[in-house]
This record gives sequence, C-alpha cells and structure tokens, in this order.
Amino acid sequence: MSDSSFEPKIVAFVCNWCTYTGADLAGTSRMKYQSNVRMIRLPCTGRIDPMFIIKAFESGADGVLVSGCHPGDCHYTAGNYHARRRWILFRQLLKFVGIDESRVFFSWVSASEGKKWVDVINEVTDTVRSKGPFTNYQKLNKEFTING
Amino acid sequence: MADIISIARGVFENKKADILIGYTKATSEGRTRPVIVRSADEVQNLVLNSSCLNNLATYLTRKENKGKKVAIVAKGCDIKSIVQLIAESQIKRENVYIIGVKCNGVKRSFEGEDSKKIAEKCLNCNVRTPHLADETVDMSDEGLTGKDEKAELIEKLDSMSAEERFAFWEEQFEKCIKCYACRQACPLCYCERCIADKSMPRWVESSPTKRGNFAWNIVRAFHLSGRCIGCNECERVCPAGIPLSLLNRKMVMVAKSEFGYESGMSADAPTLIGTYDLKDKEEFIK
Repeated sequence: MSDSSFEPKIVAFVCNWCTYTGADLAGTSRMKYQSNVRMIRLPCTGRIDPMFIIKAFESGADGVLVSGCHPGDCHYTAGNYHARRRWILFRQLLKFVGIDESRVFFSWVSASEGKKWVDVINEVTDTVRSKGPFTNYQKLNKEFTING
Repeated sequence: MADIISIARGVFENKKADILIGYTKATSEGRTRPVIVRSADEVQNLVLNSSCLNNLATYLTRKENKGKKVAIVAKGCDIKSIVQLIAESQIKRENVYIIGVKCNGVKRSFEGEDSKKIAEKCLNCNVRTPHLADETVDMSDEGLTGKDEKAELIEKLDSMSAEERFAFWEEQFEKCIKCYACRQACPLCYCERCIADKSMPRWVESSPTKRGNFAWNIVRAFHLSGRCIGCNECERVCPAGIPLSLLNRKMVMVAKSEFGYESGMSADAPTLIGTYDLKDKEEFIK
C-alpha cells in the first residue's frame, strides 16, 4: 500500500456526557468529518484505563484519541482530573518504551462543541495519516502466532 | 546496640508480635533466605548482613499474615514499601512492628562478580537510617562499592529516537517468559486478582508472545507509577534478566519532576494517583 492511499485507523475513547454528546451535535448539525475514527463510548474519562490504549494498538490502531469533559465539567465531579493525572504519567511511560506518544491524542470536547470535535478529528486524522501506519506495533501483532 | 537475635527474642518475650519475618542462612554458601519465626525458641538462626537482599514487606499483604501482628526486619528501602502500604490502606501501622536496619548497602547479587558490588539502589539511598521504625538494629558495613550503570543507561535511552528505544525494549521484552516473578516479589503488587490473570476479557495475553510481553511489562510499570519505592526486587528476581528497574526508575523520576512526589516517605500524605490537583499541567491536551 503506498502512502497516498493509506487510511489510518483511529480509535477514540470518549466520555458519555461531553465528547460523545458533542459528536452527536456534530452529527445532528450535519457537519462532516473524516471517517477514520471508531468511537468507543465510556461513562467517563476516569473509566479509561490506559490498558485500553494498548489494546487499541494491539488491535491494529494507528492512532488513539482520548476525549472527555473540560476540567470542572465532569459529570462525576472529578473523573477527568484523575484521568489527566494518569495520562501525564502514561504518556511518559509510552515515550520511554519507544511507543510514539504523538500517536496518542487527548482533548476536552464539551457537549456544545460539535465544531471542535470536527476540528479535532480532522487534525488527528491528518497527523496520523502523515505519520503512516504504526508498523512498530503491528509488527508485534504479525509475529503473534501462539494463540492464532 | 543489641543484635538481631536478642531484639527478636525481646519481641516475643514482650509480646510485641505474633510472628516475625526475618532472614536466615540459606543452604548455599553466602545466601540468605526469608524466614517466619513464630516463637522465641526459633530466633537463634536469624542473621543480618549485606546478603539480606529480599524485601520482606512483600509478605505483609499475604493472606496468611493478614490480621496478625507482624514484626518485620526491614532496611530503609523495605520500610519505604511498608510506609507506602500503610498510605494505600493495605496494612495498619499498629499491626506491624518494624525492626529498622541501619543499613550501609547490600550486595547487588548473591553470587558472581555482582556479589562484590553494592546494589545500585543503595548508591542514592536517602533512608540509611530508618525513617519509620519501632526499634533499630545496626548492620555491619562491608565497604561495598560500585557504579550506577542503570542511571547511565536511562540517560542513553532518553537520548535515543523512539524507534531505537522501541527496538531496545522489543529485544528486552522478548526474553520475558511470563513467570510473573516480578509481580510476586513486588511488595506493592498486592491485588488479589491481577489484571494479567483476568480472562473475560483477556487484557494481557497469557502466552509469552511479543505483544503480550509488551502489554504486561507496560501495564506492570504503569501500575507501579508513582508507587514504586525502588527496592528493585522485580529486577533481581527476573530469571530472564530484563532490566525492569529502568522502567520503574524512569517513572520515579517522572513523579518527581512532574509532581514533586516521592513514594514511601510519608504514610499520611495522599498517594500520587489517589488524588489530583486542579493545576495539573495539560499542555498536551487539545
């Protein structure tokens, strides 16, 4: 596959209350954005275990986006603050083991920010497309033979 | 100052604890092993020297010891893990009787060249005099010396490109045989059911495949981020010789630089990931 025809697979872990609703608004407002993103809705960013990100890469994702409520807006008061602290640590760990941390994106998108969602997705998709497929991790998948 | 045997005898005679976890001679020359002592009659075989490598705090959270009043022989680094266990509400301060060791450093390994070197964790030790103890005991100074090779390796890794780092870890993790010795030896890996043992869904592949090894080693390091106190037991017990302390030490450095946090120093302070700050940085969030 040549680079020009490469379409990245992007997994987005979003919170139910803000980003998912924001994406819904983008939809009902008939806004268009690139269709490379697979959304997974969770109750809160605080529910997003960094293991999900690893699992996404294991499943062949080229990029991962994690998005939730702005600070102060969390439906559960503090889930996003806990998540933010975890991400600070996790990004550094990813970096240290050589997983390109610029393939993992974080954003705050509120329920009223349909336009911001569109912009974030377009930006993430363009960035990952220019980076090309995440061959490092996909190579690990290829050599995965024992459990078929 | 009293030696370890008379202190241990005192513990039982004064009914300070039900059991005592300490070190005794192992069958091979120069080795020690952990021992659980249950009465004053058994204390004569206890030893304390620079071959006492194990972090005994890992036994505090074992099921069979829960609810008991436990006396434990602990070096400064081991006491850090006890402090962290108390901070994480895994044990109660009043249930543990700490015999703190004034330690000048232990050997890097039981055998071979490394047995003449001081352990890397001892080189930057800030708890040679125990920071939490019910009584203290001296350990003789054997004048061990050595260089901190891992610190240099961390710097080297930091200066590499992501590709090179990935290649380095790919080679290291490939050696992993998923024996989980790192988990068993770790005083802070106390979950009754580890994520690696969950099968619905299966988060970490149980076979030692490349990607399963990556997942396991990443999740292990992440679950210890901001918690690891740097006793390096994981690395010492690893039969495959994976330099696990690199990951842990890197995350200790991150906790320090990002949050000014050092684990295992205060049992009352909130833990790093158990809390948050409204001012945590977020320049990486769009």
